[in-house]
Amino acid sequence: MRPIRVLVAKPGLDGHDRGAKVVAAALRDAGMEVIYTGLHQTPEMIATAAVQEDVDVVGLSILSGAHMTLIPRVLQLLKDQGRDDVLITGGGIIPKEDMDALELQGTGRLFGPGTPTSELIEYIRAWFVEHEQQTA
Amino acid sequence: MTTVEVTEAAIEEATEVGLELGAELERLRAEVAHWRAKYDAAKKRNALFVNSSDEVAPLYTALDIPSDDDSATEVPGEYPYTRGIHPTGYRGKLWTMRQFAGFGTALQTNARYKFLLSQGQTGLSVAFDFPTLMGYDSDHPRSEGEVGKCGVAISSLADMETLFEGIPLDKVSTSMTINGPAVILFAFYVAAAEKQGVDIKELRGTIQNDILKEYMAQHAWVYPIEPALRLIVDNFAWSAEHVPAWNTISISGYHIREAGATAAQELAFTLADGFTYVERGIERGLDVDEFAPRLSFFWDIHNDFFEEIAKLRAARRIWARHMRDRFGAKDPRSLVMRFHSQTAGVTLTAQQPMNNIVRVAYQAMAAVLGGTQSLHTNSMDETLALPTEHAVQVALRTQQVLAYETGVPNVIDPLGGSYYIESLTDKLEAEAEDLFAQIAEVGGVVMGLETGWLQRKIAESSARQQWEIEQHRRTIVGVNEFVSDEEGLTIPLLKVGAEAEAEQRVRMAKLRAERDSVLVQKSLDTLRDAARTDTNLMPYILNCARAYCTLYEIRAAMEDVFGAYREPVFF
Repeated sequence: MRPIRVLVAKPGLDGHDRGAKVVAAALRDAGMEVIYTGLHQTPEMIATAAVQEDVDVVGLSILSGAHMTLIPRVLQLLKDQGRDDVLITGGGIIPKEDMDALELQGTGRLFGPGTPTSELIEYIRAWFVEHEQQTA
Repeated sequence: MTTVEVTEAAIEEATEVGLELGAELERLRAEVAHWRAKYDAAKKRNALFVNSSDEVAPLYTALDIPSDDDSATEVPGEYPYTRGIHPTGYRGKLWTMRQFAGFGTALQTNARYKFLLSQGQTGLSVAFDFPTLMGYDSDHPRSEGEVGKCGVAISSLADMETLFEGIPLDKVSTSMTINGPAVILFAFYVAAAEKQGVDIKELRGTIQNDILKEYMAQHAWVYPIEPALRLIVDNFAWSAEHVPAWNTISISGYHIREAGATAAQELAFTLADGFTYVERGIERGLDVDEFAPRLSFFWDIHNDFFEEIAKLRAARRIWARHMRDRFGAKDPRSLVMRFHSQTAGVTLTAQQPMNNIVRVAYQAMAAVLGGTQSLHTNSMDETLALPTEHAVQVALRTQQVLAYETGVPNVIDPLGGSYYIESLTDKLEAEAEDLFAQIAEVGGVVMGLETGWLQRKIAESSARQQWEIEQHRRTIVGVNEFVSDEEGLTIPLLKVGAEAEAEQRVRMAKLRAERDSVLVQKSLDTLRDAARTDTNLMPYILNCARAYCTLYEIRAAMEDVFGAYREPVFF
């Protein structure tokens, strides 16, 4: 199986990158190919990077409360470019009801504080296997 | 130089004391060996006995205090201030209870401030939203979705006036957590005070203004490192003359620790930042005793109770020694480290959030045993949202119980002389010195930031902590042990909706329509021109503030000259 390609991205103005960096390192250690965008990215910058890097997964880390604006925009931009096959997952300080609303709009699972990285890795791997079978 | 007449009797007496001490130490060595044998033979819990970075010994005795240690002769209010900066401790004055607060619009936050003051809070602390922290106006495209979410939106003098409406600025002390555009927000504050008719010499408070730790950990930057440092020194010089009681910087370990640093790294990197600011001030030609008395600090108070207390004691001692011996400061006010503390946000858990009240209470006690001048206690719900009024009230009451019921503030540095605390204080001091040497080796703080050396050190510690938690080597109650079935929330949360953004857009449009646009343009042009020279920019920024130039307009005028910071990206 080819390695899973993941873009870890920090949308918006929020500077908290401890979680994003821990996740990026954990996914890399789990054998995935990880690209990290750095801070203060617009949804446009993230969608462009996701397409250019041809990633399977985009992981968004938001701790600023702006998730209901920024995450749907990334979803829409990828859809506009015909890349709604990319898994949009992520985490941060996102209340449960907002997570549910975003999942209804088409994101994958979103994770809250205290989630072990092993749980993300398992989730992404399971998604990838299923996704590959569907597109095969 | 004084001469001491050494009499035979005195020698005899000293020898006797020495012999007695020697005999006592021998006895202690024997006792400790005896205990050690029993300890080694006994069964111990299967746990790691570690603080933030190292194993701790099971027992500390006089044998752990080096013979040349001076701690036995230290008293509070005297150099090197290990035991505190005031001879009266908390008997003269309790710490300032200062809850960090801000959300939505200036009007909403003004109401929260009035509530907090009515509940007995003794100082204000402004939390700005992300657009403000980054120097964007509420109606800038990059601010969309973020206005008022994580703090209050302040885009001009008009917003600052509303924020402090009915709160006399000569009567309250205000702390503002702002860094990249700190001088601009400070100019809004000074101009708001002028509008209230307050003599600005009376202003008391602090702007964080610590840009080095932004590059290192918190990441709300605007300009590249060198022009950002210039603005900080401009502010040192201007404030010394115009707002002499104002703390021009709060050199912050808080964010460094929150980003993952160990206690020793927090201590060393923060002090190294402090030394860098002092060097820059001196290079500018300022007298160290002119600006150093207004430098203040800000520490994170994490879970390991004794390590945190020792960290605060070591910090005071290191600062005093370096200021005196390395920078030649003579004024005692330049030697004393005054600091604010906040309980560690990173230790709060989303799982079983009520447990956070207990964590915060222990951390608050460590801060007070470490001699903090002011304290913010986190609210139980802060891993989930900005705190509700009720959650903030519990956090404030936690401080009041500590202050008025526990008896902890009755005695100055009550843990001084504890073998463990003194040994840990010495150890952290030695570790900090070792890290200073490593920083010097990579070319100093600025070079360490440009190459990412400092950021990497912090990221490595953060990754190690995450691994330890996931491997169950560290226990987090409710997260990796003692997990309770009833997942999800049992406490109400504060919702900040989109109304603040809509209201701010209306306010901004009104401001832009009503102000004197010729004066605005002229003030900005004058600032831009001044930025090309070496002149102190504070008066120019203040003129822009008075003319109701917006935050982003002022930021952009200087950015035309200074450029923007580019982050070295890695993980």
